[in-house]
Amino acid sequence: MDKIVNREALVGELNQKFGQCAEIFEDNTNQSIKVKPDKIVEVMKELRDNPNYEFNLIMNLSAVEYPENFTVVYHLNSLTYLHKVTVKVELDKGNPQMPSISSVWKAADCMEREEYDLMGIVFTGHPNLKRILLADDFVGHPLRKDFKLQA
Amino acid sequence: MLKTEELTLNMGPVHPSTHGVYRCVLTLNGEYIQNAVNHIGYLHRGLEKLAESRTYNQFIPYTDRLDYCSGLANEMAYVLAVEKLMGIENEIPERAQYLRVICAELQRLASHGICVGSFALDIAGSTGFFYSFRDRDRALELINMIGGNRLTPNFMRIGGVAHDLDEYFLNELNQFCDDLPACFDEYEGLLAGNEILQTRSKGVSVVSKEMALDYGFTGPNARASGIDTDLRRDEPYGIYDRFDFKVPVLQNGDTYDRFVIRVMEMRESVKIIQQAIKDMPEGPVMAKVPKVIKPPVGEVYHRIENAKGHLGFHIVSDGSTKPYRTRIYSPTFVMLSAFPEMAKGTHIMDAVLILASIDIVLGEVDR
Repeated sequence: MDKIVNREALVGELNQKFGQCAEIFEDNTNQSIKVKPDKIVEVMKELRDNPNYEFNLIMNLSAVEYPENFTVVYHLNSLTYLHKVTVKVELDKGNPQMPSISSVWKAADCMEREEYDLMGIVFTGHPNLKRILLADDFVGHPLRKDFKLQA
Repeated sequence: MLKTEELTLNMGPVHPSTHGVYRCVLTLNGEYIQNAVNHIGYLHRGLEKLAESRTYNQFIPYTDRLDYCSGLANEMAYVLAVEKLMGIENEIPERAQYLRVICAELQRLASHGICVGSFALDIAGSTGFFYSFRDRDRALELINMIGGNRLTPNFMRIGGVAHDLDEYFLNELNQFCDDLPACFDEYEGLLAGNEILQTRSKGVSVVSKEMALDYGFTGPNARASGIDTDLRRDEPYGIYDRFDFKVPVLQNGDTYDRFVIRVMEMRESVKIIQQAIKDMPEGPVMAKVPKVIKPPVGEVYHRIENAKGHLGFHIVSDGSTKPYRTRIYSPTFVMLSAFPEMAKGTHIMDAVLILASIDIVLGEVDR
């Protein structure tokens, strides 16, 4: 069974430190918080370094295209406390752009490149934001819903 | 004054020591690597997009093709994720749970067998390669008995496993497990104890604990760098909390440790299989699940301790028969991104060995 962090305390602490930037996100997993895109780097640094939470491993970075927005989902895990949290960032459909967290975890570097490649989300401040799986001259972003499979 | 210049060398995409279709552009100063740039994607089949047009059951065979050295474990990760999404993880019959553990550990033996064997080959010791592949072939024959295929068995189902395994298979498996410890002694004597292998790999490409966490190392590579983590022990999925096994952790984080830890883990896998065969009850192997799988609206992220690291599935359901989004977290994709830093400053012949010690499988890297 997943051990979930106390979200109320976490969100309170984040809001106190960085101004209104986080809130609890209600979904079926009961372990998500929502963070404003422009504060993501500070929040991730805090989650990694705060001795009460110590989310030292990024488990996953994925992006989902919903009808109303793009959601970038970070799954974080603490090897010290074995608890986890899901951080969600909602991005504008017309201009999906947010800061890169590759300065916090180098592991995010390749995963952000992959989401840029397949989903078309632009991570500003990324050191090398190029296509990673598809060819450089490929047109379009295959995981978007308007990209139809041809077979 | 001798004229010197940097040399750019293409390793791959088709080269035996890249373990698949992977290309690396090395910038060399003499025989030392100054810079390395990864080029991947040659085996990209768009599995995440394909998943959106397949039903949940139809996607199980595709997971075999992710890390094609550990098909059964990939299936287990996927079906556990879907079961968690449907909320039926407690309804899986006991016998199916035990069969899943047996399959996953047998597959771990086969997968580590590749790593150990190809490590020996990359150090130009083809004898060690054959010792390891002799045993791996027996594991593959057993997997062939399970599902009718050596690499892509398609045995797990949402709610259990496809069919029961008979007494003949279990006897063969028991025999295999009895024979294996002597084989591991051979690996340790012939490979790990070999002076040439030790000189080539000890102290080469040291990955510190901090660097391992930074680059998202999981599985045996993380444990070789002194990170004491194993999902089977820390967050037991399935019935892993019932087995008694040790989690080997080494401290040096060099190429040698990443190799030796795999042999140590294989010993533990054998113990788990033996306990599972002994404790396995009779009974059904499939829960009562609907013919058409329709998980409720929501999402799930589930990961398991695969042979190469954490394999995770992030599945978003919109309540229909097909997943809205399937994201596959592949451990080797993330760990491969550390290769340029690990290879920097090393000898070109060591780069081949460092790559072998990460144990990449390009089917999983490119998906």
